Amino acid sequence: MANSSRQAVDPSVPGTKIEVKRRNFDPAFRWLTVSCGLLLLLAVAGIFVELLRGSLPSLEKFGARFLVSQAWNPVTGDFGALSSIYGTLVSTAIAMVVAVPLSLIIALFLVELAPPRVSSLVGGAIELLAAIPSIIYGMWGLFVFAPFMADYVQPFLERVSGGFILFSGAPMGIGMLTAGLILALMILPFITSVTRDVFLMVPAVVKESAYGLGSTTWEVTRKVTIPYGSQGILGACFLGLGRAIGETMAVTFVIGNRHEVSLSLFAAANTIASTLANEFTEASEELYLSSLIELGLVLFLLTFLIQLAAQYWLKRTRRKMGAGQ
Amino acid sequence: MRNGMTILKSLAAALAGLVLATPALAASVTINGAGATFPYPVYSQWAYAYQKETGTQINYQSIGSGGGIKQIKAGTVDFGASDAPLEVEELKAGGLIQFPLVMGGVVPVLNVEGVKPGDLRLSPELLADIFLGKITKWDDPRIKAENPSLKLPAQGITPVYRSDGSGTTWIFTNYLTKVSPDWAKTVGNDKAVQWPAGVGGKGNEGVAAYVQRIKGAVGYVEYAYALQNKMSHVLLKNRAGSYVAPTAETFQAAAANADWASAPGYYVVLTDQPGKESWPITGASFILLHKEQRKADVAQAMLSFFDWCYRNGNQSALNLHYVPMPEKVVALVEATWAKEIRAGGQPVWKK
Repeated sequence: MANSSRQAVDPSVPGTKIEVKRRNFDPAFRWLTVSCGLLLLLAVAGIFVELLRGSLPSLEKFGARFLVSQAWNPVTGDFGALSSIYGTLVSTAIAMVVAVPLSLIIALFLVELAPPRVSSLVGGAIELLAAIPSIIYGMWGLFVFAPFMADYVQPFLERVSGGFILFSGAPMGIGMLTAGLILALMILPFITSVTRDVFLMVPAVVKESAYGLGSTTWEVTRKVTIPYGSQGILGACFLGLGRAIGETMAVTFVIGNRHEVSLSLFAAANTIASTLANEFTEASEELYLSSLIELGLVLFLLTFLIQLAAQYWLKRTRRKMGAGQ
Repeated sequence: MRNGMTILKSLAAALAGLVLATPALAASVTINGAGATFPYPVYSQWAYAYQKETGTQINYQSIGSGGGIKQIKAGTVDFGASDAPLEVEELKAGGLIQFPLVMGGVVPVLNVEGVKPGDLRLSPELLADIFLGKITKWDDPRIKAENPSLKLPAQGITPVYRSDGSGTTWIFTNYLTKVSPDWAKTVGNDKAVQWPAGVGGKGNEGVAAYVQRIKGAVGYVEYAYALQNKMSHVLLKNRAGSYVAPTAETFQAAAANADWASAPGYYVVLTDQPGKESWPITGASFILLHKEQRKADVAQAMLSFFDWCYRNGNQSALNLHYVPMPEKVVALVEATWAKEIRAGGQPVWKK
């Protein structure tokens, strides 16, 4: 190796001595990066295979019925994932519907409107929120937020909506809606912080040009900042989504843990992650354990599908933007 | 190279020295156990006190009964612990023996306006029908009939159950299965069941928190949690027809009336026991051991620890609101040790 690098150097050029001592690290570096990348792929493949292997007994017993059955009966050994899948999707959807617009508004405020000192203060607070462990959110949710929901928010919603099916039932404070809102609070800092960085990367020249043409702040935001950062915003949203869909402890505390699909958002529900957290330790029968592992497999595939959708969407927006320019 | 050899040699010598020295330090045996969460507070206190007294270290990991059973079968721990006893066939298949170490009670607790601890009387049928979702209001005529002097609000009932698999749920559903044919037919008895109604809290603390937050809630927790949180317990009608409050005395009464001697593998469930003073939802927590022990010194140290718990651990158990095993049962258990537990063909327990 040293030999070849010596040959490559022209001896007539000054500074040859230094060049001779240089080693070519490229092959080693490439080897390192490739193997690290492969390790990651191998880990993902390994997890998938292991989940599949663990869920074989349940796959054999229930087949596709597992996905559409609401049963969850450890006594008779009859298991279905429907309520867990439904709860995972709905609680995540609530979180996204609440957190995404709020995060966008906060990020815009921080970048476009807030004085620098306020911006750095609020920005720091948001990063602090992101660092709080999820169990703290769970306990706060159970002891502070749930009673507040039960006493004020839920009766209010029920009254305003006129007993609409989504907002009906006993206002217990815990349940799907509370879990979704806690999740929203948990993913808000992530989405906000990434979105803020995205907005900061919009070149000042572009914005200033728009202002120069007589645009108002609202117009610059709507027509320049947001379109420019749309890819980054999408990325931020999926980061939040990823966290919401797999969140365990906080959800387990406030969702009410019930294996039943109920249209009312006040009702107790469960998610895949909360079911696993609750029942894994004491599942001693093979079929029970296997059904829990199959739930894990479902979550794995669900996350994978969402990733695919995200990538497809990103590509589409990229193409659209390319066509627009 | 030569240098390397000398280092290796001295290392080997040092290792040999360590190995040889081990028997001399027999007092510092470490014993590993895993299993039930329900007795964890008292087991850890016993382990702490025992180590201070004898130097023997007991590691107990409360990973849940299911995990404890799995680990003792796999031989990764020296003893397992389970809140539900194993059936005799399962014990035989795993080469295990089991015995009860400590007892506790499960207490229905509620959060109803104007109802103080011990105010509400419930019959077994009422309790079952509430958890079946058949009785949905606190002013239901059937509850009123049992409590003619109590003013009950027209409030909805929210049953609260354990969302995680647990020995507490096993004991509670075992009781409901015994007293209600309906429950036995539609729900059954296990560490986790398909609850017909209500919401689930994780752990005793989760159930306690839900019951305290939700108006009109009724749940079931370990006795200690009911006391610590000053929750409203009920008076429950027992098999003899008298209403009893949950106390250490009524738990002990239930255990005293149980027939341990004629139960193979100590498969005794203390729910719905006879006796005027017996609290009907009482349960024992069991220890699982291999009949064939690999190391005589570990086995010896382990049995000495359990013996110490039986003889010296009563006060700390009572302080933590557990109930010690009656002396009669202890004598039976230790006779079983002497007969059944062996290491290298030799009996381990020789007292």
